[in-house]
Amino acid sequence: MGAMTLTEKILARHAGRAHVGPGENIWVNVDVLMTHDVCGPGTISIFKKQFGERAKVWDREKVVVIPDHYIFTQDTHAHRNVDILREFVREQELPYFYDVGTERYKGVCHIALPEEGHTRPGEVLFGTDSHTCTAGAFGEFATGIGNTDAALIMGIGKLWVKVPPTMKFVFEGSLPPYLMAKDLILWIIGDIGVDGATYKAIEFAGDGVYSLSMEERMTLCNMVIEAGGKNGVVAPDQVTEEFVRSKTRRPFEPVHNDPDAKYDSVKVYRSQDLEPVVAKPHSPDNRALVREVAGTALDRAYIGSCTGGKLTDFRASARILKGRQVKIDTFIVPATTEVMKGLSTETVDGENLLSIFQKAGARISEGASCAACLGGPADTFGRLNRSEVCISTTSRNFPGRMGSRTAQVYLASPYTVAASAVTGRITDPREFIG
Amino acid sequence: MKDFIRGMAYVVGDNIDTDQIIPARHLVYSLSDPEERKLYGRYAMSGIPDGLSGLPKGNIRLVEEGKDRSPYKIMVGGKNFGCGSSREHAAVCLQIAGIEAVVAESYARIFYRNVVDGGFFVPFEATMPLNTEIATGDELEINVNLGTLKNLTNRKQYGLKPLGDIIEILRAGDVFEYARKKGLIKR
Repeated sequence: MGAMTLTEKILARHAGRAHVGPGENIWVNVDVLMTHDVCGPGTISIFKKQFGERAKVWDREKVVVIPDHYIFTQDTHAHRNVDILREFVREQELPYFYDVGTERYKGVCHIALPEEGHTRPGEVLFGTDSHTCTAGAFGEFATGIGNTDAALIMGIGKLWVKVPPTMKFVFEGSLPPYLMAKDLILWIIGDIGVDGATYKAIEFAGDGVYSLSMEERMTLCNMVIEAGGKNGVVAPDQVTEEFVRSKTRRPFEPVHNDPDAKYDSVKVYRSQDLEPVVAKPHSPDNRALVREVAGTALDRAYIGSCTGGKLTDFRASARILKGRQVKIDTFIVPATTEVMKGLSTETVDGENLLSIFQKAGARISEGASCAACLGGPADTFGRLNRSEVCISTTSRNFPGRMGSRTAQVYLASPYTVAASAVTGRITDPREFIG
Repeated sequence: MKDFIRGMAYVVGDNIDTDQIIPARHLVYSLSDPEERKLYGRYAMSGIPDGLSGLPKGNIRLVEEGKDRSPYKIMVGGKNFGCGSSREHAAVCLQIAGIEAVVAESYARIFYRNVVDGGFFVPFEATMPLNTEIATGDELEINVNLGTLKNLTNRKQYGLKPLGDIIEILRAGDVFEYARKKGLIKR
């Protein structure tokens, strides 16, 4: 039997096989299926059509429902979608539903999943959202699927997958103080292109990666889809296990790479050699060094989403915004209600983040959700409705992603976005951080 | 699956993402209501910048304003067609608009899976960049079994990549029928 990568080993275990190799089509058993308000209703209607009006999901403990996309809007269709989720959850008696307008409401699913203990090393997680790959940070196989595949899982608890080959990216040395995980992943996508990892797994390794917090590892895995990747993964270590054990009592079995596992490719970066980068309009692989585009005039800055709306992202932004004023409209959208609470409890030099943002003149969202990362209904907080130029901590900048087709979006790290908000022009965070 | 797919080509560029195929604000319509479902046809490809819609000329809509069906049957794209989000609405909206086949140099994998597992249309892979060879409005014919594409407008013919493993799912109709055949769903 040949040696296997972490991804291959997890898939083999879930297919009941001793060994699998890249390119094989296998049926795997699913540990968690996650859905939200945009794709849940479609999934539910296919499930009922295929398995019957009175069919029950294969395992109610394994279905997680997190409304997060179109929450704070007047759009009646959007509200109807949440109603459909409610009705289904009631009928199926699903225990993991984080309903809008209740104490349990969370916000962005990819951040809510780990907060609620649904991401565990060694497991297989599918979700009806492309950024489900975020959960690979916890040493599991996690990827996005459509409504049809999700409906099949609801019925039988299995899905076919083609085993992906693994591309390995190693970061040697801990990150210099002005770099964040967002810079690393934008660097990789710039190198390999928006289809550079299509059908492949991306594994992040090296002491640079293992020195990162769970939230920063999530940022790395989150944007794997922007290179076309099937899943992103970081092998679990003590940081992972401590985090997961603090969130859930469920047992899990961490999986590690075989020492002589075969990789599709291995690329090594020295963290010290890298610089802050942006992805210019209109593609996440359109990389430039921040200093190459420094001075570009901006209309707006946006800090939020599953990619850049975690507490780490706001802590980083606050370090730059503390005691300063923003020159352009700056939108702060916490990913989850827990992150929102964190804005009041986390401090930078004795001042809480909320106060720092308020004094800086930023606009703070009243609710946690996906908001303008994907445009959404016209009344969405922070949506680009005209030809604005925006710098954002989000994941995608294809035409029209944040609203208007004529808007221009630069993707960057929270440091770079905050530094740019202060000057109103694209600004290298090294001007503020040593 | 049909043996032949014939119809007019609608040509687009590389990296057409799901927000261009169906902008996020439209994802709220019901897919199970037969009337409301038509709105996905109406707004299919409405997120693509005007200059890049219907190449090489541009400014050609897939679906005319106010209509739900397109006169075009075959979408011709470049690299990484369908990248971005996992929204199955992107695959379905093309089917609802009347697309029967997409021919692209390559696909993003979630979109490709959605097309195949939902049985919405046939996703062919070209062996060369065809979106610079074919113009919007050209009359095309795909021989599904032979894997060839004929441009009836200029009599040029091209080979397509074999459909491979997915042909079993496409022949079954969708992933549910395929799973039934495999004994994974009780009939």
